[in-house]
Amino acid sequence: MNSRFLAIEGLDKVFDTPTGPTAIVKGFDLTLAEGEFVSIIGHSGCGKSTVLSIVAGLAESTNGAVILAGKEVVDAGPDRGVVFQSPCLLAWLTALANVQLGVDQVYPDKPKSERRDIAAHYLELVGLKDSLLKRPAELSAGMRQRVGLARAFALSPRLLLLDEPFGMLDSLTRIELQDILLELWAQDRKTALMVTHDVDEAVFLSDRVVMMTSGPEAHVGEILTIPFERPRNRHDLMDSPAFYEMRERLVTFLEEQGHKPPPPAAAPKAPTPRSRGFVGLLKSRVVG
Amino acid sequence: MPILSLRNVSKSYGSTHVLDNVSLDIEAGEVVVIVGFSGAGKSTLISLLCGLDTPDAGEVVFKGSRVTEPGPERMLVFQNYSLLPWLSASDNVALAVDQVFPRWSKEKRQAHIARFINMVGLDHARDRKPAQLSGGMRQRVALARALATDPEVLLMDEPLSALDALTRATLQDGLESIARTSGKTIVLVTNDVDEAILLADRILPLSAGPRATLGPEFPIAIPRPRERRALNKNPEFRHVRTAVVDYLLSTKRSPRPAATAPLASAPLLEPAR
Repeated sequence: MNSRFLAIEGLDKVFDTPTGPTAIVKGFDLTLAEGEFVSIIGHSGCGKSTVLSIVAGLAESTNGAVILAGKEVVDAGPDRGVVFQSPCLLAWLTALANVQLGVDQVYPDKPKSERRDIAAHYLELVGLKDSLLKRPAELSAGMRQRVGLARAFALSPRLLLLDEPFGMLDSLTRIELQDILLELWAQDRKTALMVTHDVDEAVFLSDRVVMMTSGPEAHVGEILTIPFERPRNRHDLMDSPAFYEMRERLVTFLEEQGHKPPPPAAAPKAPTPRSRGFVGLLKSRVVG
Repeated sequence: MPILSLRNVSKSYGSTHVLDNVSLDIEAGEVVVIVGFSGAGKSTLISLLCGLDTPDAGEVVFKGSRVTEPGPERMLVFQNYSLLPWLSASDNVALAVDQVFPRWSKEKRQAHIARFINMVGLDHARDRKPAQLSGGMRQRVALARALATDPEVLLMDEPLSALDALTRATLQDGLESIARTSGKTIVLVTNDVDEAILLADRILPLSAGPRATLGPEFPIAIPRPRERRALNKNPEFRHVRTAVVDYLLSTKRSPRPAATAPLASAPLLEPAR
């Protein structure tokens, strides 16, 4: 078992603001063992999703590195499956075609019927056997997010990234989908990193919960190890006092962070040298 | 005698059978919370209690007479606030008060409106239009409007669902205080089990639709005032929370095979360059 399957090292993310560059995330360090399920909680806007986007390769860090299975992450790739808050389905494709789109990319050498079977299998696992040929508009919000889960799992990614996957759902549907996620995850225990602000969700699903400080300059505040054995059963956990102790710890941290006075504003600095963006590219074309 | 009842009520929209044979008796002064999934038929149920809609079968009875239309004795607070955008907070409340108490003197009405604006903590914002108020403040105006008409039954349709978690918690505490001190009969529908336990004398789960019906009743004997942080340590809170969620999920379970080993093992992919 690789204890440093995913290593996030000294991650900084600086955004330019009207008052000068602001470090939203500063010095974020976290290591995940292979097969571990880790959640990041923190207040809205603290930079949780920024960290996840950088790990996904969808955003660039200003400093620091993300190393997955010994290789640095520089771009998005199908080795990392992402489940977004809004499922981002293609409106003109059926549930099956939405899932198969990724499967086709990952298994180009398999026959078409087999690729279809893989997509259908995962949709069946999330309870959408009877809705394979429905389009997103014909599905409820909860069903759409099930398609999002099936799409991510069907690629059998090495790392699963979940960005507030159930944040847009009502609290009961959220519970229902947490059960489905946990069941899917348990079949081969992919390493998973999830961002959430639902304390119950974090405790129920995770091996460790990372509490992120409020930004700017957000970093890892505390880490809570969740000792419950797997497989986990919602009914037993929700009825146990230990679950509520964990919940209490996280709520207390969040409340402290919420009441914390904002850190003194960073003195405006000279603009940081930026990587050659679109404008830089244009200039280099014109000048050079 | 119950103050408000549903008797064997069924309701369909087109070919969708939403509510199936729902019966419910609400006693004066109690707080009843109906919990269910989105789309289960909660709003349909409360619209029937309000008289905004009529059942296909069965009847809605208020104090012994059949309900056929909305009335000031049964006020509804909507999820989307439903304030008039061109009127200030205080004028939105005034509109309802003028309608319900036309015989009162102008001064008495003014004082009455000010009292309820104050009760929801909006003195400073009384002259602002809805667009100048946050979601939480708008819902407080809607609540003041409903309470100022002094209804016998206060009906609330997911009043806090559109708000962020922090604002929701603050307003839940406000509702807890209203439930405890006003003595009003309150019927609230929500999808949040924690909110239900904080506020209810009785929780009635509405099974997942279609053909939704009310499940077994869960009386909540936790003494008031109820404090959310203290609830975490309360064994009754834990048991009820688990039982209500278990019941509701049991009405929903879609056929789903047990997850087994992955169907295919993916090739190990290198991160794209």
